[in-house]
Amino acid sequence: MLIVEIENLTVQYPDVKALDDVSFRVDQGDFLGIIGPNGAGKSTLFDSMLGLNTKYTGTIKFFGEDIRKSKNYLKEIGYVPQKPIFEKNFPATVSDVVRMGLKNESDESKINEILQQLWIHELRNRRIGELSGGQLQRVFIAKALVNNPKILILDEPVTGIDQQSIELFYSILRELNSKQKITIIWSSHDLDAVNQLANHVACLNRTLFFHGESAKFFSNDELIKQYSEASMQEHMHHH
Amino acid sequence: MHRALISGIAIAILCSVIGLFLVLRRYSLFGDAIAHSSFGGIALGLLAGIYPLWTAYGVSIASALIITKIKDRYNISGDASIAVLLSSGIAVGLVIIGLSGGFTIDIFSFLFGSILLVSVNDTILILSLTGGILVVILLLYRQILYSTFNEEQAKVSGIPVEKINYLIVFMAGLTVVTSIQLVGVLLISALFVIPNVTAIMYGKGFKQTAIISMSFSIFSVVIGILISYIFDITPAGTIVLLSIGLFAGTIGIKSAGLLSKH
Ligand SMILES: Nc1ncnc2c1ncn2[C@@H]1O[C@H](COP(=O)(O)OP(=O)(O)OP(=O)(O)O)[C@@H](O)[C@H]1O
Ligand SMILES: [Mg+2]
Repeated sequence: MLIVEIENLTVQYPDVKALDDVSFRVDQGDFLGIIGPNGAGKSTLFDSMLGLNTKYTGTIKFFGEDIRKSKNYLKEIGYVPQKPIFEKNFPATVSDVVRMGLKNESDESKINEILQQLWIHELRNRRIGELSGGQLQRVFIAKALVNNPKILILDEPVTGIDQQSIELFYSILRELNSKQKITIIWSSHDLDAVNQLANHVACLNRTLFFHGESAKFFSNDELIKQYSEASMQEHMHHH
Repeated sequence: MHRALISGIAIAILCSVIGLFLVLRRYSLFGDAIAHSSFGGIALGLLAGIYPLWTAYGVSIASALIITKIKDRYNISGDASIAVLLSSGIAVGLVIIGLSGGFTIDIFSFLFGSILLVSVNDTILILSLTGGILVVILLLYRQILYSTFNEEQAKVSGIPVEKINYLIVFMAGLTVVTSIQLVGVLLISALFVIPNVTAIMYGKGFKQTAIISMSFSIFSVVIGILISYIFDITPAGTIVLLSIGLFAGTIGIKSAGLLSKH
């Protein structure tokens, strides 16, 4: 089943064109890794898909419906932002934060279940501002998952997190995709991780450079070389 | 006297709940700004011979909503928009007072509160507004909390964040003007802010923090009214000093290491 269809998506900010004529599709059960250097437009793509940026041209459809027409699709999405910003001394515990994601407040047992699944149950009464980066990330994933979404969208969620937590996080993602059949769209800088986890790859650098099965991408040295060069150029351009 | 206590308790609860959301939105001084703009409304009422609280409700809520609209539309920062609201209310009030050749004692009770003189009708109004606002907050609890925590994520969860923001501004306007009778225009933000920053220091979850804040607020208001009644002084000062006392006490406990540090 087709879940996302993006056609000719272009986003022009005042100074830069962040996305240029991007088109791709995501099927039910896909695990799509979006790779691209800093400034490639990954967050811009997600912002547009989530209705946070409405200044785009082209069309974005979820479940066959244009997102400009209906916001119903948001019910089916769990989103983990690149930087979860909040007031450091916000008086909310881990369970308070996860509960915010819960649309049906009577489902309290769901909160405990998800906290256990993400190995943060013992943190449930701790204030959110006291947690480490890795713990915080799992709390935000729990919040995104507590409503049983069909799609999980994660924006580069491993920056500044230690190797062990990253491994745990990856195994959780793999399980969500394979056992619970959640469609995952995930942006990352880590080519190896994308190679291991994702079954589809989209290489983004303002334009869509490649989109298809990850096996096809990773078995094609020429493509990887081109991608790395493009990223390098982008990198030098920035420094 | 018991009218004063009943209205005082209702206002204490209301201010601490609305104030908690304002403080967490980095909007601590918004109550103050609304209160100052109500000064313009009060002066207008006195000039026109209308009951000043009604004009205060109208002017404060309208100007709070307008400034919020301008702030969103033109990307003005929260503190700057508060400064605009605050000074324009006072300016309008001063001009009106000047034009009318100055008022008598009336304006004084609005500046510093007059809870001991609260009438039966005022009490009924205060209680019904408190009840109404609390019901709205309970019904929209998750939406209000989530959009206070993080606007973008709340939006992605399908919460109509903008509408919720206007609702909070509207309820803050109602709350401020209602509370003017207790502490007056000048000290209103003390009721909004002090019990909440104190409660936040206890390191608890959201509901417990709200309950701690309400308890501190009720304590200061009740004891403050009693003290001012006994010593025949204006309650606003004693109420605010008591809540500052609780704040200082909490800092003391915290620095003595009896509360976890954050
Ligand atoms: N709100 C905005 N207004 C103007 N320009 C923006 C805005 N957001 C992003 N940009 C620009 O658009 C381009 C793409 O940015 P974006 O954040 O989408 O990249 P990204 O792939 O997520 O990068 P990173 O890997 O660093 O997170 C960048 O040049 C950025 O400066
Ligand atoms: Mg990004």
